[in-house]
Amino acid sequence: MSVMKPKRPVGIIGYGAYVPRFRIRAEEIARVWGGAEDGLPIEEKAVPGLDEDTVTMSIEAARNALARAGIDAKQLRAVWVGSESHPYAVKPSSTIVAEAIGAAGSILAGDWEFACKAGTEALQAAIALVGSEMAEYAMAIGMDTAQGRPGDALEYTAGAGGAAYIVGPAENSLAILEASYSYVTDTPDFFRKQHMHYPEHGNRFTGEPAYFDHVLHGARGLLDGMGLQPSDFAYAIFHQPNVKFPQTVAKKLGFTKEQIAVGMLTNKIGNTYSGAAMIGTTAVLDIAKPGDRILICSFGSGAGSDAFSFIVTEKILERRNKATKTMGYVQRREEIDYALYARYRGKLVMN
Amino acid sequence: MNLALNWRLRDQRYRLEGTVCNHCGAKYFPPRQVCTDCKSTELTPHEFDGHGEIYSFTTVRQAPLGHEGNIPYIVGIIKLDEGPLVEAQLTDVNPDDVKIGQRVEMVTRKLREYGEEGMVVYGYKFRPVTDER
Amino acid sequence: MRDVSVVGIGQTKVKEHWDKSLRELAVEAILNAMKDGRVDHADALYIGNMLSGELTAQENLGALIADEAGLRGIEAMKVESACGSGGSAIRAGYLAVASGAYDVVIVAGAEKLTESSNCYTTASLAMAADADYEGIHGISFVALNALLMRRYMHEFDLVPEDFAMFSINAHANAANNPYAMFQSPITLDHYKRARPVAEPISVMDSAPVGDGAAALILMPTERLNGNRDRAIKIAASAVATDSLSLHARRDPLWLTAVELSAKKAYAQAGVTPRDIDLFEVHDAFSIMSAMSLEAAGFAGRGRGVYFARDNDISPKGKLPLSTMGGLKARGHPVGATGVYQAVEAVTQLRGEAGKNQVMDARVAMTQSLGGVAANAVTHIFTN
Repeated sequence: MSVMKPKRPVGIIGYGAYVPRFRIRAEEIARVWGGAEDGLPIEEKAVPGLDEDTVTMSIEAARNALARAGIDAKQLRAVWVGSESHPYAVKPSSTIVAEAIGAAGSILAGDWEFACKAGTEALQAAIALVGSEMAEYAMAIGMDTAQGRPGDALEYTAGAGGAAYIVGPAENSLAILEASYSYVTDTPDFFRKQHMHYPEHGNRFTGEPAYFDHVLHGARGLLDGMGLQPSDFAYAIFHQPNVKFPQTVAKKLGFTKEQIAVGMLTNKIGNTYSGAAMIGTTAVLDIAKPGDRILICSFGSGAGSDAFSFIVTEKILERRNKATKTMGYVQRREEIDYALYARYRGKLVMN
Repeated sequence: MNLALNWRLRDQRYRLEGTVCNHCGAKYFPPRQVCTDCKSTELTPHEFDGHGEIYSFTTVRQAPLGHEGNIPYIVGIIKLDEGPLVEAQLTDVNPDDVKIGQRVEMVTRKLREYGEEGMVVYGYKFRPVTDER
Repeated sequence: MRDVSVVGIGQTKVKEHWDKSLRELAVEAILNAMKDGRVDHADALYIGNMLSGELTAQENLGALIADEAGLRGIEAMKVESACGSGGSAIRAGYLAVASGAYDVVIVAGAEKLTESSNCYTTASLAMAADADYEGIHGISFVALNALLMRRYMHEFDLVPEDFAMFSINAHANAANNPYAMFQSPITLDHYKRARPVAEPISVMDSAPVGDGAAALILMPTERLNGNRDRAIKIAASAVATDSLSLHARRDPLWLTAVELSAKKAYAQAGVTPRDIDLFEVHDAFSIMSAMSLEAAGFAGRGRGVYFARDNDISPKGKLPLSTMGGLKARGHPVGATGVYQAVEAVTQLRGEAGKNQVMDARVAMTQSLGGVAANAVTHIFTN
C-alpha cells in the first residue's frame, strides 16, 4: 500500500511539550515491590501532581504550541486530544482544552483513543483536515497520565507527559510533512475495559507480535513507499515504552544510536503513552537544523503504528525559543517517594 | 454540583477574563458591572496576561469540604502586573520556597472535583516563573 | 428618631452544646433577657444567625423562634451578615425602636456550629467570603485572615509572638466569665507552641467553634418601664460595608468598613476614641484586633500591635479589650457573637462585671464584623 500525502502540502506550525515536575525513581518502586532482579527498565518517571490531569497538561502544551505558532487560537478548526487517561469517559478533554485556550466556537473537539498512538492518530487527522483544505489550522495533542497496577512491570514505566502540535499550510511551517503511513491490526496485547482502573497486558506478547511487528510495518511502509533509507534521516523517534524496545527496533531497521538519542526521553520521564512519540519529537525539534529530515514512528497497543516524515525549515530557528523547551520540563524535577506517589496517583483507598 | 454556576465562570477561570472601564481605564478582575472608581457602567471584557507577584500567602491545613484531599496546599493573593489583586492557590512550589514579592505566572489546573462521579472544575492557579526557554 | 435603651440582657454559656438544639438555645437566651428586663411581651423579634440553613437545614428562624419563645404572632425575621449577624440584628432592632415603630423589641443571636463535620463547617464559614473567587480555591476563612496577617507582618516588620497579648488578655478575662467557653488563662509559651492552622495563624490566634445564644430587650429611652435604673442607653448605631473579597480592596490592610462605621458612631454619640472606656472588638483573629484598633482610630496604620503592647488592654488598663473573653475566649458562635458583645458591654456599664469590672466605665463600644470586615456594625453604649 502506498504512503499518504495530503492534497496540499502541510506541516507543523507550532509545537509544545509538557511534563509534570514530580519524579519517582524506579529503584524506589523496586524497594516497595522487590522487582529489581532483572535490572530496571528505566531510571525514573514523571508523576502528575494532585491538581494535574490530561486536560491541564494538554492546556499547557497547547499554549506552548500557540506561542510558537504565532496564530490566534480562534484560527484553529480542530483541537484533538489523544490519550488513554481522559478524565471523563463521556465529555471530551478536547472541548475543555479548546475553551481554555480560547479556541471554542467553530471547531471540532472530539477525543481520540488508541493506546499510545492516540496522539499520532489525531495528528494524521489534523494533517487530513488541513491538507484537504477544510481548515487552515488544526491541533493534535498526545498526552497521558496513565496508570500502572501496583507491583506490575508496567508500574515502573507508566509516566506522564506529552505534546501538542499545530498543523497548517506548508508555507508557514517549521517542519513540512513529506508523507505519512499507518498500519493497524486487531492485536490484543494491552487493553483496559471501560470501568477498570488498571490495564491488562500480555507480558511478552506485547513484544514481537505487537510492538515490533507494527513498528516495523509502520516504518518500513513509510520508508519503502518513499524510497528512503535510514541514512536519509537526521533523527528518528520511535515509541518508547522502555529503553530497550526502541533501541532494538532502531537497530533492526538500520538506524544508529545517535539518530535516536535526542528523541529518547523515557529513561527520565517514563513511558508517556500517547505522549511518547510526540514529546520525543519536540525534543528533536528543539535542536534540529533546517533541512533535517525526521522520522516519527509511534505504536499503540490494540494495535497499530503511525509513521511520518518531516523536513525541518528555517522557521524553526525563530519559533522554537518562544516557549519552554522539552529539556526544560525534563530537567525540572522534584523527587518523591512511593508513599507520596501512591497518594498523588490516587492509589489510596479513601472511601 | 453547580454545573451552570461553574460553566458561567469559565472565561474567568480559564483565561482570566475581567473587565476594563471604557470611561476611566480602570481594570478589574473579577469582572464588574459598575466601575468602582468612576461609577460608569460602560465596561468591556479584558483578558489578563497572568503575570504578577505574590502579595501574601498561607498554607491551608484544615480544608473546607471538597478540598480535604489536597492538604496541605498554599493559597495566596497575587498582584497582577496590570493592577488587580487576585486570590488563588499557588502550585508547583513547596511552602518553604514561597516569598512575598516572588514573580508568578498563571496556569490552568484542577480546582476541585465534586466527588468521583462529579464534575471537575478547572481554573487558574499561579506558579513561580521559570525562565528556561 | 427616638433614643433607644437596653433594658434586659440574657445569654447562654458558649460551649459545644451537644444536648441543646438551636431553638432551645435561642429560647433560653430570650427568656433570660425578658426576665432580666421585666417584660412579658414583645412587639418584634430580630434574630441574628448565619448558618442555620447550611448546618441544620432550618431557615425562617424569625417565625420559628418567636413561636418557640411564646411570642407567636409578633413581627419576626432572621437577620444575616455572616459573622456580623448579631450586630446587624441589634441594628435592625435599634431602627425598629428608634423609628417609633415598636416599643418592646427583642434582639437575639443564636448559632450552632457543632452540628456538622469539620470540613463541612469550615466550608460553611467560608461562605462569608466570595464563593466564586475565594471559596472555590479552598480558601478557608482562617486562610483569609492568615493572608492578611502575613502581609501585615511583612509590611510592619513583626513576628507572630507580637500578637500574643490579644489572646493572653482574652483568656485571662474569660477565666472570670462563667458564660465563656474557655475558663483558664494562657501564657506566652502556650501561644508560641500552638499548632498552626494556616501560617502564620495558630489555634491561639483564632476564635473557637462553639454554640450559644444571647439576647437583648430594647425599649425607647423616653418610655422605659420600672427597669429604668438598669437601663443602658444606645448612644450610637452605625453600619458600613466594604468589598466582600479581599482582592477587590484598594488596601487590604485597612478595614475601611470599620473606619466608616466607627466614625459615624463617634459622631452620633458625640465622642472620640479617647472617650471609649472599653472596646468589645471583633477579635475572631488576633490580626483583626490589631487592624480594628487602627481603623477605629485608636492607633495609626500598622501600629495596632504596638498599641496593645504599649498600653494595658486588661480591664485595669488604658483601653480594655474583650473584657469578658472576647471572640477568642468567650467564644464565637458566629451569628450570636454581636449580641454577646452587647450583653457584655451592658454588664460592664451596669457595674456587674465582677473581677473583670472596668472601673468607672461610662462609654462602651462594640463592633461586630461580617466576613473580613465586609460589614461593620458599631454600637456605643452609655450609662
